[in-house]
Amino acid sequence: MSAREKILGRIRAQKKRGALDGETQDILAARIAKHERNVIPKRGQIPLTEQMDLLQSKMEKLLSTVERVTDASEIPSAVQAYLASQNLPSRIKMSPSESLTELPWGDIPTLEIVTGAGAEEDMVGMSPAFAAVAETGTLMMASGPKTPSTVNFLPENHIVVLQASDITGSYEQAWDRLRSATEKTGMPRTVNFISGPSRTADIEQRLIMGAHGPKSLHVILVGDGT
Amino acid sequence: MKVTSRNFKEKSHDAMQDPDLRAALGRVKEGFTTARSVAASELPEFEDLRDKARDIKDDVLENLDYYLEYFDEKVTASGGHVHWCSSAKEAKEAVLKICQDVDAKTVTKGKSMITEEIALNQFLAANGIEPIETDLGEYIIQLADEPPSHIIGPAVHKTKEQVTELFYEHHQQYGYTEREEDPEKLVGEARAVLRHKYVTADVGITGANFLVAETGSTVIVTNEGNGDLTQSLPKTHIVVASLEKVIPTLEDVSTVMRVLARSATGQEMSVYTTFSTGPKRSDDIDGPENFHVILLDGGRSEMIGTELEELLRCIRCGACMNHCPVYHAVGGHSYGWVYPGPIGAAINPQMVGLEEARHLPNASSFCGRCEEVCPVRIPIPKILRHWREQAFEKQIAPKPERWGIELWGFFAKRPVLYRFATRCASRILTLVAGKKGRLKSLPFGKGWTSVRDLPAPQGDTFMGQWQKKQKQEGQI
Repeated sequence: MSAREKILGRIRAQKKRGALDGETQDILAARIAKHERNVIPKRGQIPLTEQMDLLQSKMEKLLSTVERVTDASEIPSAVQAYLASQNLPSRIKMSPSESLTELPWGDIPTLEIVTGAGAEEDMVGMSPAFAAVAETGTLMMASGPKTPSTVNFLPENHIVVLQASDITGSYEQAWDRLRSATEKTGMPRTVNFISGPSRTADIEQRLIMGAHGPKSLHVILVGDGT
Repeated sequence: MKVTSRNFKEKSHDAMQDPDLRAALGRVKEGFTTARSVAASELPEFEDLRDKARDIKDDVLENLDYYLEYFDEKVTASGGHVHWCSSAKEAKEAVLKICQDVDAKTVTKGKSMITEEIALNQFLAANGIEPIETDLGEYIIQLADEPPSHIIGPAVHKTKEQVTELFYEHHQQYGYTEREEDPEKLVGEARAVLRHKYVTADVGITGANFLVAETGSTVIVTNEGNGDLTQSLPKTHIVVASLEKVIPTLEDVSTVMRVLARSATGQEMSVYTTFSTGPKRSDDIDGPENFHVILLDGGRSEMIGTELEELLRCIRCGACMNHCPVYHAVGGHSYGWVYPGPIGAAINPQMVGLEEARHLPNASSFCGRCEEVCPVRIPIPKILRHWREQAFEKQIAPKPERWGIELWGFFAKRPVLYRFATRCASRILTLVAGKKGRLKSLPFGKGWTSVRDLPAPQGDTFMGQWQKKQKQEGQI
């Protein structure tokens, strides 16, 4: 008998039953397929412009920085100004997503843009958020050919571009968006919920930033939500 | 890991004399409990979410065989492999085989209680594969060759000075020849040393906070980002998880996520919550090529349908130990096995045997705080009482203890006699104590009187006072 059969057999014996009957299996399969929501906190269920404010205040509390721009064309100059203000090098490892690569980087010739997966030596990484959850100030990143997840973790500093229209109130709403966006391809290999820069409190419970992931997280929020 | 629960009393005694540990435990008591209470109060739906989290886990345990097969099917469909393992031995061998198949020399590891439970590191090392812990706390205790003392803060018992010494001793090979005392720089040193290990490791091993049946995803929750580097850089990702971690849907995971971090550290969300589904897709430019899930039973299926089933709801947040006056006094290592605190006292007798762990269910004042803060409402005191009864019935408790209980039982079952005896005992103690009102020694009571006086009872017994009060009220 395989370990699988033994384990399933033990579970059923402890429950004093055999495998579940067809009807119960159908009920459970329907439960999974329905994606029924449980308790959703009210705090995120507000109009988009308020969600933007909530998201920003939550992110700042988590020690991320947030910068708002009204149009995506402003991103290159915003990035340059941010890097200068933080004394960071002007070389950026960027996800090869068109939403980033097609921005007017030519306007800022001092920036060196390298696309690809994250690497050990990267000081600055830049990637697009799939969505964000206002409830807790959380970014949702989905991996794909043009959105490698290592860019979110290996560089010492992480810049994320978030479209205001991609903000949701709850994780459940973010899952719905992911399901409809990946209907054909299925669940991406990696989905990261990111709430602030990396940190640890493993030495005498003192909070220290930048344990293994990025030491800083800068979110550029695009659009005014109208 | 080696079980030393038998020595609970001796180890507790030593722990209480250790000033460094006292300071560390003081921080647990203050930091975690305050943060949890703030986080809970800031979310009006928190209590409803706890109820729902409990119900989700109960549904999982009711239909565990179904959800596990569903999960297996989804993992396989996304290109991964599920390895069902009944015992720790089978799990370790499955991990070793995967490592050997890819000719692995080094393995990076995310923080995982289950790999502590099966002592995976020792097994891999004995087979010529170097395991490298990457969570800072786990890394520290790996250097110190110690087991974790807390579920979410494995090195919570270590002082900064001890970390300084450990790093000084072990990091000279990487060119760090000075004793570093600044915690920020210590973290930076570990970061720099481990960074290169992530990139060069052959296999990355993580645990899982949840397994999602709907999608076949495994989920880890961290603050450092070490788990993500562990599982995205090496060519092979192995997830080791016990079977009760399965959760039906992404919506259900979202519910449990909302109570996990709040209960653990008082954060609304941990920094990184990551869902991994299968190996990298064919056109992905990063991610592991192989994805394996070791699905371990390890004695859990036997708990289903018994008094212990509710323990399988546990999501390993550590809130019970953060709030436990006994844990605050004796620390994690006294419990003598992987799981410390109230959850350890409740689960270890099942996992390592009641005879070995018989002191643990007694390491409780039954104050009930563990149950009060448990995000999935596990009735830990009830389960500790179950073990105490078992220890008595199976004659595992020593004879004097059992005789004492029998003697007490004899009186307790005869209320008139009980009241008479307690009244007599109370008066005798008052008489013997004399004017001082304190007793310096007491036959059979040395455990108390060797370190402090026993105050003599004052006034009538509780039942006596109660009856008097009832009479007075009746007259009015």
